[in-house]
Amino acid sequence: MNKDLHKPDKAWQAPDEAPFIQIEGVSKDFDGYLAVNNIDLNIYKGELFAILGASGCGKTTLLRMLAGFETPSAGRILIDGVDMTSIPPYERPVNMMFQSYAVFPHMNVDKNIAYGLKKEGLAGSEITQRVSEILELVQLSEFAKRKPHQLSGGQRQRVALARALVKKPKLLLLDEPLAALDKKLREHTQYELMNIQDQTGVTFMVVTHDQDEAMILSSRLAVMQEGQVIQTGTPREVYEFPCNRYVADFFGTINLFNTQVIETNNEVIKTRCNELDAILFASSPDSHEIDSGITIAVRPEKINLSREKPSAEKLSVLQGVVWDLGYYGNLSIYRVKTKSGQIIQASAQNRIRSATRSLEWDDEVYLSWEPTSSVVLTE
Amino acid sequence: MDIVWRRFVILAPYLWLLIFFLAPFAIVFKISFSDPLVASPPFTPLFTRSESIDFAFFFTLDNYRFLLEDNLYWISYFKSLKIAFISTLLCLLISYPMAYAMARAAPGWKNILLFLVILPFWTSFLLRVYAWMSILSTNGLINNSLMSLGIIEQPLKLLYTDFAVYLGIVYSYLPFMILPLYANLEKLNLDYMEAAADLGGRPLIVFRDVTLPLSLPGIIAGSLLVFIPAIGEFVIPSLLGGLDSLMIGRTLYEEFFGNRDWPMSAAVATILLLILILPMMVFQHYQSPQEQQEA
Repeated sequence: MNKDLHKPDKAWQAPDEAPFIQIEGVSKDFDGYLAVNNIDLNIYKGELFAILGASGCGKTTLLRMLAGFETPSAGRILIDGVDMTSIPPYERPVNMMFQSYAVFPHMNVDKNIAYGLKKEGLAGSEITQRVSEILELVQLSEFAKRKPHQLSGGQRQRVALARALVKKPKLLLLDEPLAALDKKLREHTQYELMNIQDQTGVTFMVVTHDQDEAMILSSRLAVMQEGQVIQTGTPREVYEFPCNRYVADFFGTINLFNTQVIETNNEVIKTRCNELDAILFASSPDSHEIDSGITIAVRPEKINLSREKPSAEKLSVLQGVVWDLGYYGNLSIYRVKTKSGQIIQASAQNRIRSATRSLEWDDEVYLSWEPTSSVVLTE
Repeated sequence: MDIVWRRFVILAPYLWLLIFFLAPFAIVFKISFSDPLVASPPFTPLFTRSESIDFAFFFTLDNYRFLLEDNLYWISYFKSLKIAFISTLLCLLISYPMAYAMARAAPGWKNILLFLVILPFWTSFLLRVYAWMSILSTNGLINNSLMSLGIIEQPLKLLYTDFAVYLGIVYSYLPFMILPLYANLEKLNLDYMEAAADLGGRPLIVFRDVTLPLSLPGIIAGSLLVFIPAIGEFVIPSLLGGLDSLMIGRTLYEEFFGNRDWPMSAAVATILLLILILPMMVFQHYQSPQEQQEA
């Protein structure tokens, strides 16, 4: 696999690249309940775009509007420059892989996959050829004559994927594609999905509530909350530079501290955290008023643990005792309790092969991190 | 003790079938090989013992032979099959849209609609058929309204016709078609229909390709629930039908109560049972692979 095929050309950064899917001010009102609230999104050709959010955030409604099963109450959706508003699902260049897979139980694998091509009115020979090509791509050639009830969950999922992909859609929608699979199969399928997306070049849009799935799969993602998109960016941007507490907390683990600005100087702000009785540093390009309240967020893996007090300048330093210790093999997670009773999570990679631990329960430790590791949140 | 009890629980339904279905049928079957007699019981015994003969076995196929020769019976059988078949088809055509609408109704409405379907059962079946008699009769509701509106001058002959029989059967058996269809359509995953639409199927095509084949178990169950009782229906054709609507139930009744020919009616009943077993075997044939699929 080519290293960057999965993130093709970073089209969203190219200034003259026209978006392939344009979602313009789309809202959906269900009898007074605003499921989707004025969403604007541009998705580029060949992207694997993820919509991420907790259940009830409106992501499924957005997906259904793209497929044509729901009509927007306001705004419009353009695919390859064509307004989709008045186009019914059966005429859209969009196909969907349902969360339930919805593989027709009364048709064998072959017929399931050929169904969409037959509806297009293609010649029998072309149907046969395209079906056998796609069966090979999803590695189901030997199961062509099986009925869905004779397949495993993973195989049914691949039938559903093949059935949608064989139509060569401009946009493939995937509704929680991995939710029904067990852990081992999920990992395998994630990479397989990315691989298939590379090979076909079809624009994928994945809807999921699982941030790991979204991060691994997607080239870019949008985080939704209460019907609105609150942040869009690459997985790295969203993880490292979350725009607010909700996003920061939704993606993995993060320590949050409420602080007051006491000094600003050369893009490094000095803050005071009353709860911890400590001085915390953060770098921020924005200007902050003295005495204004900000939240400082720091990821566990950015925190250093040491027995001796670190002495470098502008380092945020906290003291505490090891309260809890989790050994995960590749890394260890430490939950450190400060004097004021707050629990702070830090993680360290287990680079050195050793049967004994360097830090034990109730050990006194210093936690420290660079100003650049702190994320400044004002919301 | 526990095992004995457990065995009994398993055996109970079989015992029920044995006592209330198989044993009576065996008796009917036995009588069908006798000759009628003016006696009590009114048929010849299968085995006799007398002073002169130690043991005699009497067995006749006359009833079946007669049944084959006299086309009265075949006309009745055929007429019953025809009426039952057409009524089942009409029930299906009326029920499918109703069941579909019910299955797709808002959750609050579903129970209300279901209740409305079952509601007629709260009135006696016989009473409802009598009500149709008064609606359809020469001076009934329909004729009176049509005449007072000036649409017709002479009353229409509605009662004692085949039309009335169809009306009665379809009306009476409609819930038996709606309920299994509703049960089937209600649990049908909407994703299948949406997937078919997503793949390019227009609404009617989606119905033909996906909805209809997936609701086949419901269609078969409902059709059998209508067809089987309709074939042996006695009350509706005798109350609403004309003299010529000779369905097998009525022929059987005449044979038994009119002619007091028990062996002949037993033979008619045995053949009727054979006719009914056939569609059931068809049902079994379709049912079993479907059930495997569910499992």
